[in-house]
Amino acid sequence: MGATAIPEYNFLRYPKGLKSWLLTQDHKRIGVMYFAAIMFFFFVGGLLAVILRTELFSNRSSFMSSDTYNQFFTLHGAIMIFLFIIPSIPAAIGNFVLPLQIGAKDVAFPRLNLASWYIYVVGAFVCLFAIVSGGVDTGWTFYTPYSTTTSTSVVSMTLGVFILGFSSIFTGLNFIVTIHKLRVPGMTWFRMPLMVWGLYATAIIQVLATPVLGITLLLLILEKLVGIGIFDPAMGGDPVLFQHFFWFYSHPAVYIMILPGMAIISELIAHFSHRHIFGYKAIAFSSLGIALVSFLVWGHHMFVSGQSELAAIVFSFLTFFVGIPSGIKVFNWMMTLYKGSIEFKTPMLYALSFLFLFTIGGLTGIFLGALPVDVHLTDTYFVVAHFHYVMMGGTVMALLGGIHYWWPKMFGRMYNEFWAKVACVIIFVGFNMTFFSQFILGTKGMPRRYHNYLDQYQPLHAFSSVGAWVLGFGFLIFMIYMIHSLMRGRPAGNNPWGVLGFEWETTSPPPPENFAKDPVLSHGPYDYDTVLIQRSDIAAQRPVGRA
Amino acid sequence: MSANAQTHHILPIRVYLAVGTALLVLTAVTVWVAGHDYGEYNLIVAMIIAAVKASLVAAYFMHLRYDNKVYLAVFVGALLFLAVFIILTMLDTLRRGDVNAIETGPIDQNAVIYQQQVIDTSHTGAMKSVDSASTHTSPAK
Repeated sequence: MGATAIPEYNFLRYPKGLKSWLLTQDHKRIGVMYFAAIMFFFFVGGLLAVILRTELFSNRSSFMSSDTYNQFFTLHGAIMIFLFIIPSIPAAIGNFVLPLQIGAKDVAFPRLNLASWYIYVVGAFVCLFAIVSGGVDTGWTFYTPYSTTTSTSVVSMTLGVFILGFSSIFTGLNFIVTIHKLRVPGMTWFRMPLMVWGLYATAIIQVLATPVLGITLLLLILEKLVGIGIFDPAMGGDPVLFQHFFWFYSHPAVYIMILPGMAIISELIAHFSHRHIFGYKAIAFSSLGIALVSFLVWGHHMFVSGQSELAAIVFSFLTFFVGIPSGIKVFNWMMTLYKGSIEFKTPMLYALSFLFLFTIGGLTGIFLGALPVDVHLTDTYFVVAHFHYVMMGGTVMALLGGIHYWWPKMFGRMYNEFWAKVACVIIFVGFNMTFFSQFILGTKGMPRRYHNYLDQYQPLHAFSSVGAWVLGFGFLIFMIYMIHSLMRGRPAGNNPWGVLGFEWETTSPPPPENFAKDPVLSHGPYDYDTVLIQRSDIAAQRPVGRA
Repeated sequence: MSANAQTHHILPIRVYLAVGTALLVLTAVTVWVAGHDYGEYNLIVAMIIAAVKASLVAAYFMHLRYDNKVYLAVFVGALLFLAVFIILTMLDTLRRGDVNAIETGPIDQNAVIYQQQVIDTSHTGAMKSVDSASTHTSPAK
C-alpha cells in the first residue's frame, strides 16, 4: 500500500462523531450529506417509475387503480424534480467540488450552506407528509383550476416545494459569492474550470427565478385556503395566469437542471481527451447565454393553454434561440474530442452517452418549440420522451459521469471499473429502450398520464416497460459496486485519472481544510499541451514512485 | 468608487428634507391625479408617479446612489426581469382574440356541435341518424 493508502487525516474521519456531522460547516461533508439525500430520493422516484411502467405493461388496470396511478406519476415527477434533480449536481457535487476547484478552504457562507441542507430536509419531510396524508394527483405542475379544487394534499405538497426553494436559493447565493470572492490568487474569470462557470450560471438562475416559484405556490395556497380568486375567472382571475407564474420559474429551472450537467461534461470531455478544451470562452459565455434566454421562453409550455396566439408566436420564435448556445456547446465538445487522446474510462462513457442522448433530447425540443408541430404533440408521449432525453439522458448521465469522476476524491476509493462499464452500457441501452419507443408512441397519438390505453399502443408500451426494467437492473449494479467500493475499494491516490485541476492536487479524501498548504496557481485547468502530469495509480504500481 | 463601499456615506440633513418634501409633494400629486380620468392611461400615470417616488427612496434613503454600483446593477437587473415577466404575460392577457376573435367570448352553451342529419339508406330502407362529421368523410370512399 504505502504511498496510496487512504490518509488518516481526512474530512470523512476527522472530526469524529455524529454531532460533528450534524453541525458540520465543511462544504465537503455537506456535499456528502446532500449526496446521500438525493440518492435516496432518486431511488424512491426511480422505484415509482418502475412500478408505473410495470402497470403500463398491460393496457388495462393490472394492479393499480386509476387514482393510485395519478398519485404515483405525480409523486414520481415531484420527487424527481424538486427533491432529486434540482439539488443533485449543484448542491451535492457542486458543494463538494466548487471550493476545491477554485483553491478555497470552504464556501463563502458555511453556516448558510448547512442551513440549506436542513431546509432541504424539512422541505422533504413536508412533502413526505403530503404523500402520507392523502397524496397529490395534480401532476408535478399543480395546474389550476384542478389543483384548487381537488381534495388531495396539494397545500402541504406545495408548502414543501416552497420550503425546498429556499434551500436552492441559499445554495445559489453561496456559490455566487464564493466564485466572486474566494478564487485563489491569479485565477482570473477565464482561468476558472468550466464546471465553475456552469455552477455560476446555474446560481444566477436559482437566485432570480426561485422566488417566483415561491410566490406562485404561496398564491396557490392562498387561493385554495382563502379563495383570493387570482386564478378564478368567476372572481376576475385567470387560470392561465398560474401557468405564466409557474413556467416563469419552471422553464429556467429546466436549465438549473441541465447547466450543471453541461458543466460536468465540459470537464469530463477535456480531461479524458487530455486536450485543452476547444472554445473555452464560447462554452463559458454560452452558459450565461442559456441562463439569459431561459427567462424569455416559458410560454412554449402553454401553446394550447388558451394564451393569445400573438404570445404563442413570440414564444415559439424566442424558443429557437435556446438552440444556439446549446449547439455551441455540443460542437465545441466535439472539437475537443477531435484528435484528442481519448481514454474510455467510465466517466467518459457517460460523457459520450450524454452527447448522444442530449442531442436527441435537444433536437426534439426544437420540434416542440415549433408552434404548429407542438399543437399536435402537446401532452403526448413525445413530450415525455423529449424531457426524459434531456433530463435523464442529459442531466442524470452527466451526474453519473460526475459521480464516477469525483468518487475517488470524495471517498478515497476506486470502484470496480469493469462493472461500472457494464452498468453504463446497460443503463444506456435500457434508457433508449424505455424512451425512444415513447417518441414513436407520441407521434402515433398516445396521450401522456393515461392509465389505460388503446390496444394498438400495447406492443410499444410493453417494449418501453421492459426497457425500464433493464434500466432499473443497470442502476442495481451501480448500487452494488458503489457500496462495495465504499467498503473495500482500492485506495485511489491523489490523482487516479492523471488530470489537471486543483481538486486532484490534494489528498483523497481531502483534509478538512482542503489543502495541506495554500495552493498556488501555476497553470490553467486544461493546459495539457504544456503541463506533464503523473497518475498516482500508475505511480503506485512502480517499484520507485515519483514524488 | 470602491471606497464608497467601505466608508459610511453620511448625507447632509437638507438632502433628506428635500427628498422628504418631494415625496410629500408627489403624494399630493397622486391624490390630485386620482380626481381626473385619463381613461386607459390612468394606470400608467399612477405608476410613473409611484416609480419616481420609489426611485427617490431607493437612491437617497437607501443610499443606492452612493453605494457600490454592483448593488445598483443587481437592483436594476431585478426590475428588468420583473418587466420581462409582466410584459410577456401581458402579451398574452391583453392580446387574446387578436387572431381568432371567437376565442375571447364565452362558450355558447346551446351551440349546435353536430348538425343531426337524417339520411335515407336506400338498400335497407331504414332511417339512420348520422352526424355531419361522418357524412363529410363519406364521399371519399
